[in-house]
Amino acid sequence: MTRFLIRRILTGIVVLWIVTTSAFFLFFTRNPNIVARSLAGRAATGAIIAEVKRNLGLSQPIMVQYWQFLDRTVHGNFGLSYYQGQIPVSSILARDVPRTLSVVVGGVVLWLIVGLAVGVLSATRARSIFDRISTVGVLAGISMPTFVLGELLLAYIYVPLNTHGITWVNTGYAGLSSGFAVWSGAMILPWITLATVQAAIYTRLSRGSLLDTLGEDYIRTARAKGLTERRIVYRHAFRAAMTPVVSQLGIDIGAFLGGVLVVETVFGIGGLGQDAVTAVSNGDLPTIIAFVLLASLFVVVANIIVDLMYAVLDPRVRIT
Amino acid sequence: MSLTELEFQAQGISQEAVPAGGIQGRSQLQLTWRRLRRDRMAVASMIVICVIAILALLAPVFASLLGHGQAQVFPNTGLSSTGGPMAPGTHGFIFGTDELGRDLLVRVLYGARVSLFVGLTTTAIATVAGVTVGLITGFFGGWVDAVLARFIDTVLAFPFLVLALSLAVVFGPSLTIVISVISFFSWAAIARIVRGQTLSIKEKEYIEAARSLGASPWRIMFVHILPNLMAPVLVLATLSIPAAIVFESTLSYLGLGIQPPTASWGNILAGAQSYYQIAWWYLVFPAAALLITTLAFNLLGDGVRDALDPRTERIFAAGRKRGRRFRVGRPAAQIDGLISSIQTDLPEEG
Repeated sequence: MTRFLIRRILTGIVVLWIVTTSAFFLFFTRNPNIVARSLAGRAATGAIIAEVKRNLGLSQPIMVQYWQFLDRTVHGNFGLSYYQGQIPVSSILARDVPRTLSVVVGGVVLWLIVGLAVGVLSATRARSIFDRISTVGVLAGISMPTFVLGELLLAYIYVPLNTHGITWVNTGYAGLSSGFAVWSGAMILPWITLATVQAAIYTRLSRGSLLDTLGEDYIRTARAKGLTERRIVYRHAFRAAMTPVVSQLGIDIGAFLGGVLVVETVFGIGGLGQDAVTAVSNGDLPTIIAFVLLASLFVVVANIIVDLMYAVLDPRVRIT
Repeated sequence: MSLTELEFQAQGISQEAVPAGGIQGRSQLQLTWRRLRRDRMAVASMIVICVIAILALLAPVFASLLGHGQAQVFPNTGLSSTGGPMAPGTHGFIFGTDELGRDLLVRVLYGARVSLFVGLTTTAIATVAGVTVGLITGFFGGWVDAVLARFIDTVLAFPFLVLALSLAVVFGPSLTIVISVISFFSWAAIARIVRGQTLSIKEKEYIEAARSLGASPWRIMFVHILPNLMAPVLVLATLSIPAAIVFESTLSYLGLGIQPPTASWGNILAGAQSYYQIAWWYLVFPAAALLITTLAFNLLGDGVRDALDPRTERIFAAGRKRGRRFRVGRPAAQIDGLISSIQTDLPEEG
């Protein structure tokens, strides 16, 4: 167990190192001149551009820059943003994390409830009318690009509600400090958008997994013992059928914590995802690297937790 | 596959009963095609996909018939008196116009070209790359596997939308970049599944037999293992087309994919953002086109998966029996269900 953890954490660090290093070289070797020129302004002379580059530390040899970057990052310092008044990147992260977290937490709760309920119901009633309808619904959900759903919700839910005086549903971001009602009102459309697409995936996953499990021999044994169908499904099959769902959930949460890019952009929430797009478009190098590092960190940690959860959920899995 | 003599005896069919013409062998592909043709949803989605493909191919023809180019602006006839988009059906604009007075129908048709092209090319690239890498890493194992599997995991661990955007910014957005980015992030998922399948297939006896006959590793990989991987690969490929289409439209929507004035469903929808309150058609038509296309491909992919998996029918058959059995709850019905499940547990032909 301890050995497993140590090995996974070490390989996780290697993955993080590879990701940040490739991001670093991708940006810092291609961009410095473009970045310096855009920061210096349209009418800047070559001398001013060189000055800007020197101030940002971009005129040094790339390996020196890389070493400084590694040194900084290991000490938890992400440097200063080139834009946003040159505030530290860490304070941008501190501002954005709660926003992204708000979207993800509500979305996860919503999509798990809907996805698992529909999945279990259609697995236990395979080939019924309910199952057929839910299968088509699932495919529609999977086929729906997130931004299209978000735009449609804005056009046909948000605008009509607000013109009729129901202002609870809102866009933008409101922190939990401004009250639960305000927060949930601002978050409800992002949650629905995120959850619709995800619930479809989870419905399909839990349905397929439960159908497979219900075909196992130990379920036949349970039936032969004369257990009620309810007990068989919920006590014997459900837990074992949940392993793929848990693994998908870990990966999804890890990926989304790094930024729910499209949802944040459509609803103007301004979390990690939306700011990452801004940083990328501006060429805000330190911010980009910090976002990439944070996002991959979430993914790596989520993967480790998923492997640990396997052992908890399924007694047949042993961690070595 | 033809039935062996033994199986005839087991099934209680006397050899004399075999028709004079002999028994027609059916390949796995023919069986799959037969099952797919019986799936009404899959057939319907195939028809829809064909129609969309024809419309996309004929987009220039429609454009010249209507006399409207995809980037052609009609400031006089294409804009309403207030300068907004023109409603559908006026001045020969069947889908209406956008905020610049361009024909929305023509733009949606041209958008289909981009979507289908990106979907098909990226899937082709990702499938070839994914299968090759997956086969190599799964078959050779050892340090090759250690390096490549870690690489696959790394690619899958990338926050890919952010990185895709980064690449688009660094190299400047273009069709080539869109295709490379989507391919780069699609092959790893295929490679992972192919690797897993290869790991289990290479332990089979017939691989050992091939090796003992002196077959080279490449021959074993591509002649003996690859055909047995076709089912999952085909399903993955069909399902990765709609994913790529969504990916492209998302990139274009965020302004980092196909650049205006070239039409793509993503950038049309990005333009529609500011106008949905006054011009519903601007949002609804491209959104519907995108949704219908991805839905059709997903339905087809689902159908292909069901058709390739002989277990599907069995699971559902057993499920039906089981349901009835528990509702009726009579011992006779239980025995009936047991027999049917024993029969279906026999290895199927082919």
